[in-house]
Amino acid sequence: MIGYLKGPGRVWVGLALGAVVLFVLAPSVLSDFRLMLLGKYLCFAMVAVGIGLAWGRGGMLVLGQGVFFGLGAYLMAMHLKLSDAGPGKAPDFMLLYGSGVVPFWWEPFRSPVVTLVAILLLPAAIATVLGLAIFRRRVKGAYFAILSQALAAAFAILLIGQQTTTGGTNGLNGFRGFLGYNLFDPVNKQLIFSIAAAVLLAMLLLTWHLYRSRYGELLVAVRDQEERVRFLGYNPANIKLVAYAIAAAMAGVAGALFVPIAGIISPADVGVVPSIAFIIGVAIGGRNTLLGPVLGTILVAYAQTTLSEQFPGFWTYFQGALLILVIAFLPGGLASLWTVVKRGRRPGPPSAAPMAAAAADPALASEQKVSI
Amino acid sequence: MAIRTDYLEVRGLTVSFDGFKAVDAVDLTVYQSDLRFLIGPNGAGKTTIIDALTGLVGATGSAKFGATELIGRKSHQIARLGVGRSFQTASVFTELSVLQNLDIAAGAKRSPLALLGVRRGIPDIVSKALETISLTAEVNKPAGVLSHGQKQWLEIGMLLVQDSQVLLLDEPVAGMSADEREQTGQLLKQVGADRTVIIVEHDMEFMRRFADSVTVLHGGKVLSEGSVAQVQADPRVQEVYLGRANATPDLAEAMEPADNPADESAPSPRAKV
Repeated sequence: MIGYLKGPGRVWVGLALGAVVLFVLAPSVLSDFRLMLLGKYLCFAMVAVGIGLAWGRGGMLVLGQGVFFGLGAYLMAMHLKLSDAGPGKAPDFMLLYGSGVVPFWWEPFRSPVVTLVAILLLPAAIATVLGLAIFRRRVKGAYFAILSQALAAAFAILLIGQQTTTGGTNGLNGFRGFLGYNLFDPVNKQLIFSIAAAVLLAMLLLTWHLYRSRYGELLVAVRDQEERVRFLGYNPANIKLVAYAIAAAMAGVAGALFVPIAGIISPADVGVVPSIAFIIGVAIGGRNTLLGPVLGTILVAYAQTTLSEQFPGFWTYFQGALLILVIAFLPGGLASLWTVVKRGRRPGPPSAAPMAAAAADPALASEQKVSI
Repeated sequence: MAIRTDYLEVRGLTVSFDGFKAVDAVDLTVYQSDLRFLIGPNGAGKTTIIDALTGLVGATGSAKFGATELIGRKSHQIARLGVGRSFQTASVFTELSVLQNLDIAAGAKRSPLALLGVRRGIPDIVSKALETISLTAEVNKPAGVLSHGQKQWLEIGMLLVQDSQVLLLDEPVAGMSADEREQTGQLLKQVGADRTVIIVEHDMEFMRRFADSVTVLHGGKVLSEGSVAQVQADPRVQEVYLGRANATPDLAEAMEPADNPADESAPSPRAKV
């Protein structure tokens, strides 16, 4: 992390490299199918950037980002279904399973502008309300993690139960157009991929700035010594709230872009399992770094696709084993590999790998050193 | 710096834990430039008074700094009013640099927009504090690599840049070497000149060397108050520290740090009431 702070040049080089790969290399060498797969990974990576901020820097183990990802995704999917159906008409699945009447809370999302604003604001707004309730009551650590995970479970169950208005287990799928563009046209597919790539790079820039700002330093201080920050005159709840809301907004935008790329959103994409998968990618990549969560998530998603094509049913075990290995032997994630190798695996002073030390044990990071 | 004439006035401060009165109707009046030491056996309620004054535990009674009532406010609000505290175990942000630690301490009143900006250079108030606490050379080091004494000085520096007018210090010299104690004492004399300072301390030698006035607590109540010589001569204080009133009258001897088991376990946080 300190390296990143000291060398802004490194980040610019990294982002420029990423831009070349995503805008030039990937579209020219990958088939449309593979490009869309990579597009999906980029959406997961956006969620990961937010998790890096909330968890890596803020110490909040957000085990339920699927909720915000799902919110963004369903908002976009509702709009696509409505615009496919045409003005005043109901989406196909409502005719199949329900009365064919569009519920009142679907109607606003016929408008692309309303949908876009909702995607940008609704997940962040919900995170703000939740965060106020949670952080003001000083809920943290494992309790916060369990709470956020329960939320993801509840959200998925809610979606499944509403067959006639959310598509139930099937979710929403079979989209034909995106803002008037045909989604089956390869050119438009490449365009959507480029949008996703640009959004991811923009999020990285924003997060990089946050990490360098005074707010970023304050967030680390809150993560490591929340009580101390309180006695300096800050309300830690507000500081955490900002990171939590930004992470939620990023997940929401990721979900919205995931829908036209993947062509489907269902409760299976937003529940407990995908929420944990996001965390795994971030942990493996290195939650304290800027690019670690992105690369870790893409790597894990790629491995999942490849390995589950080859050995269906085996992937979950592999994923679990990978997480345990990383947490046990490389708490700073793959991003810390270089530092660990350079140090020759000697247990140096705590400051030698400061972020890694904190990553080793979330409980340690949030431990209170105040005798009450 | 404008001289503030406000002082800390505590009246009838009471803290109960399930009916047990850890602090029982304590009155304290502390003026600025008066280094006030709070001493007393373990469980006397010293740290609890600081906790109550900073909103960490609920309390009844009154504690005013100037015209402002502190009791009933939240911790971060009390801090913003100019009441700062340190903790028994130095609690600096070990992964952040000395500069970052001080900059955060100086920034509680920054606007959200200012927080989103990147710091350019070293703020004046921070470089001044760095000089005061003799950490100018360490400005870019992570706070985690500082020595124990330097960490405590950094804590004091954080209180200075926080613009605290009242400093509540919980055993600032615990675990320090003799040299570090001397330096810390001089530092406290210096910063206490225009501030109101209360120091909870077990180290009697340090107390005798630097205290302007002393309040002795016992069982949550004020037992004695006055200059070092006055409290040392107080038979009730002798009784508390010696167990019997008619034992050796030399309190100074009884109050030697070696006689206090607390000092040996100083670096680890003790259970306190």
